[in-house]
Amino acid sequence: MIPAAFEYYRPKDMAGVLSILEEHGDDARVMAGGHSLIPMMKLRMADVPHLIDLQDVGGMSDIEIGSDSLRIGAMVTQSQIIEHAELAQVAPILREAALQIADPQVRYMGTVGGNVANGDPGNDMPGLMQCLDASFTVVGPDGERDIAARDFYEAAYMTAREDEEVLTAVTVPLPKGGYAYEKQKRKIGDYATAAAAVQIVKEGGACASASIAMTNLSDTPVYSEAAGAALVGTSVDDAALKAAVSAMLEDIDPADDNRGPVAFKNHVAGVILRRAIERAWSRA
Amino acid sequence: MKDEVTREERVENLKGLGCSRKRVEDARFTQGKGNYVDDIKLDGMLFGDFVRSPYAHARIKSIDTAAALEVPGVLAVLTAADLEPLGLHWMPTLAGDKQMVLADGKVLFQGQEVAFVVAEDRYAAADGMEAVEVEYEELPVLVDPFEALKSDVVLREDLVAEDGSIPAGAHGPRKHANHIFTWEAGDKEPTEQVIVNAEVVAEESMYYHRTHPCPLETCGCVASMDKVNGKLTLWGTFQAPHAIRTVVSLISGIEEHNIRVISPDIGGGFGNKVGAYPGYVCSVVASIVTGKPVKWIEDRMDNLMTTAFARDYHMTGKISATKEGKITGLHCHVTADHGGFDACADPTKFPAGFMNICTGSYDIPTAYLEVDGVYTNKAPGGVSYRCSFRVTEAVYFIERMIEVLAIKLDMDAAELRRINFIRKEQFPYTAALGWEYDSGDYHTAWDKALKAVDYEGLRAEQAQRVEDFKAGKTRKLMGIGLSFFTEIVGAGPVKNCDILGLGMFDSCEIRIHPTGSAIARLGTISQGQGHATTFAQILASEIGLPADSITIEEGDTDTAPYGLGTYGSRSTPVAGAATAMAGRKIRAKAQMIAAYLLEVHDDDVEFDVDRFVVKGAPEKFKTMKEIAFAAYNQAIPGIEPGLEAVSYYDPPNMTYPFGAYVCVMDIDVDTGVTDIRRFYALDDCGTRINPMIIEGQVHGGLTEALAVALGQEIAYDDMGNVKTGTLMDFFLPTAWEVPNYETDYTVTPSPHHPIGAKGVGESPHVGGVPCFSNAVQDAFRAFGNTHTNMPHDHWRIWKTANELGLHD
Repeated sequence: MIPAAFEYYRPKDMAGVLSILEEHGDDARVMAGGHSLIPMMKLRMADVPHLIDLQDVGGMSDIEIGSDSLRIGAMVTQSQIIEHAELAQVAPILREAALQIADPQVRYMGTVGGNVANGDPGNDMPGLMQCLDASFTVVGPDGERDIAARDFYEAAYMTAREDEEVLTAVTVPLPKGGYAYEKQKRKIGDYATAAAAVQIVKEGGACASASIAMTNLSDTPVYSEAAGAALVGTSVDDAALKAAVSAMLEDIDPADDNRGPVAFKNHVAGVILRRAIERAWSRA
Repeated sequence: MKDEVTREERVENLKGLGCSRKRVEDARFTQGKGNYVDDIKLDGMLFGDFVRSPYAHARIKSIDTAAALEVPGVLAVLTAADLEPLGLHWMPTLAGDKQMVLADGKVLFQGQEVAFVVAEDRYAAADGMEAVEVEYEELPVLVDPFEALKSDVVLREDLVAEDGSIPAGAHGPRKHANHIFTWEAGDKEPTEQVIVNAEVVAEESMYYHRTHPCPLETCGCVASMDKVNGKLTLWGTFQAPHAIRTVVSLISGIEEHNIRVISPDIGGGFGNKVGAYPGYVCSVVASIVTGKPVKWIEDRMDNLMTTAFARDYHMTGKISATKEGKITGLHCHVTADHGGFDACADPTKFPAGFMNICTGSYDIPTAYLEVDGVYTNKAPGGVSYRCSFRVTEAVYFIERMIEVLAIKLDMDAAELRRINFIRKEQFPYTAALGWEYDSGDYHTAWDKALKAVDYEGLRAEQAQRVEDFKAGKTRKLMGIGLSFFTEIVGAGPVKNCDILGLGMFDSCEIRIHPTGSAIARLGTISQGQGHATTFAQILASEIGLPADSITIEEGDTDTAPYGLGTYGSRSTPVAGAATAMAGRKIRAKAQMIAAYLLEVHDDDVEFDVDRFVVKGAPEKFKTMKEIAFAAYNQAIPGIEPGLEAVSYYDPPNMTYPFGAYVCVMDIDVDTGVTDIRRFYALDDCGTRINPMIIEGQVHGGLTEALAVALGQEIAYDDMGNVKTGTLMDFFLPTAWEVPNYETDYTVTPSPHHPIGAKGVGESPHVGGVPCFSNAVQDAFRAFGNTHTNMPHDHWRIWKTANELGLHD
């Protein structure tokens, strides 16, 4: 559990970060909380000759709440998400999800930016951000651009971010209606056996809109547009729940692992989604 | 001066037996001031680490160390070829087998030690390991012991004669190249007859999966060979430091007086740190070769993948009974997967440990046990993970068979236990498989436990839950787990318990200082059990000096008397007895000194808490503190100066702690998620030395039981790859997963132990595993479940529900 030798950089500004990235290409990686990258390096599964620590860069640790969206700096930790009272008011699903990530010690270090940028299908924030239709701001040699969370993930650890770009912020339209983040895991600190993020709007007893994303059930997070659509216009009765689960099952592609075989994961994904929808609907 | 302190206060001041004295160790542990092996730093110390095999079974075609030796900071790379001239490329195991120190031509399990890289620091060693080039030729892998016994693939060519015949092993004839031993207990034919003729027979096969003790601190050592004075000092995570000294002497040829073994603070053992590992041998050799101290510390994956595993028993049972439920016979066969080398840590004459305690707490007139040990391509080990030797397996077996029989009889499992318990008046009780149980009062404990949890009420609630489930009102089932266990601990009588020929006695040496404080040294070594606290309490009550004035020291073979170490709950039964006996020697001499000082005959004084008083004249007394001083400043005719004693204690019998546990669990049928609503644990460990430490031990043992029952395993794929080599997949429960435990007790002192104590550290694990498992199984009983294998993780519980049609 000893990483290969690497150069450690701690630039004071983003220009410094970008110049190191430009010089070393994919031999360089930026690090926020380090709780995904460092274990990979210690296992020698990630070879990072040039490690750029972002903690002195500044400007990425704020939570700003606007009239129709909120912006979370990439260096904001899960713990800060949990403790932010106003955030819990306007987007309670963020807190509910963050409380189910890892354990308190990890949450003091782990960041929102690292969680969404790493591309690990086990991470909870990517699916959540797809559910919320968030966008990610990345900055690179050609300046800033925004990428929709729903377009960001290509495969495990493969994202739309270029090697020389850094993810600096997440922008989330203020969520509406009821919410739920439901996660089954084997133990504290574990990745999900299955997890579902649901945001749902009720109007006159019927579902006006619904957004659904699933975690750790494919090599990327899965935004299931069809599952959400199956609820719209219904009273979220048993038939609608069944239709949403069926639609979701069409979109996921879980793999066998120590958490269990595919049949089990599909079953649990359905149960978890159903519970998430029911809870979100009860809050809508 | 008038003595104004009451007798009660004098007893209290001693903090002796029965006092919940705070742990004296915790001041340093809670401040991060413990001194563990990895805290040891010596001038010029080097660091060694292993190149390990990625394959479970392969021939080694070549090892090229040239590039590694070019890595800056790397000083040496040892391979089997370097150790062979010293005769150290193989070493003896505790089980009478031998094992490779470094791969000698082939590897037999994933993670096996292939080369030892010695470098200036652990970073250079890690880079050096990457640079060693090993060429492997893969061989067919055997991970299933039943397949291994049929296969033409020979794992251990060294154990097959040139003509292809299979020579006998350390435990008798072998049936196949991959077979290690057959071990029997009890009467085969009478048992088979009883079962054939029985009114009712229940049969079940169960797999007690492979798991691992996983102590928080991994294994490690520091070897320092002083070439000037020829002395070797070896610090390490040793549960048996004296035995390690003897083993090191025997295999290295260094005389035993020139070896000093030191166990510093140890961060948990649970059996993992009993045996000898290649890291110890390689560190010693590397220190001799380089003339510098060499440290070796495992990382977590090394520890989980290569050091001693536990369990891995495939057990098949038949239990017979009358229609009324009186058990008449028990038959048990075990296929034991020992991995690539037989390195089980058991007393020599017991290759399957004390598996023959598998008649449990029941009066079973006829029984037979047969165990076949088998080689496979898995890591060696087979240690007693928080239990006495294989007792967890034995108790799991019988506590499952009782449940299976209850199903067959359509009877309540608590009642079935009650009518078969060994009765109080039957003790000492000789079991069908040979053990003599020293004492017990099972009915009292069982009744107390069932009353405490309102057993009848729980069963009524469960029946209602089943109705509600069938009516579609709930998707949660309720399980009531029962377990009544009898442990067999305190190995043990030298006449039948030895390890490598070393009798399993233990020892205590006491020195009383002139001012009335004392130091006691023991042959055991605490790994978290709190010996420094509890042994001082035993002595306080025996010699009348306050526990706070008594230092307990263990773990340094240059100062401690010889002992066999700490495992199998043997410290209190054996070393605790030695402590009491040594204390009584002190007291006997103190009595003579007191009589001299009080100018009466020896027989005219008697011991009273912290003093000797003249019989019938309690105002005339000498305190132990006064007597201690007198021992050093008075010339007493016929009595040597000083106040010291040593005792080596060979116990006349094992001790037999027991307990009654009940678990109430809710199970989500759709996700397999379990929720432990209640856990009640009644333990009878005889005389209770420190109730607070007992409670702590019970909490810890139950938590490890929960782990094993509900998810903790070392799993292999078909290629022999370890699937659970990190703490992401290997389940180590945290406060989050652990329920509240309710602890309770009865006291049935051991009749042969000097203070009646029996040991407790492992009981909760032994009794806890079947209790958690029975709760899961019981939840599905109403739907036709008889038995499912552990670990009961979410997907396996889901699978049980699925197979019973509960998802339709």
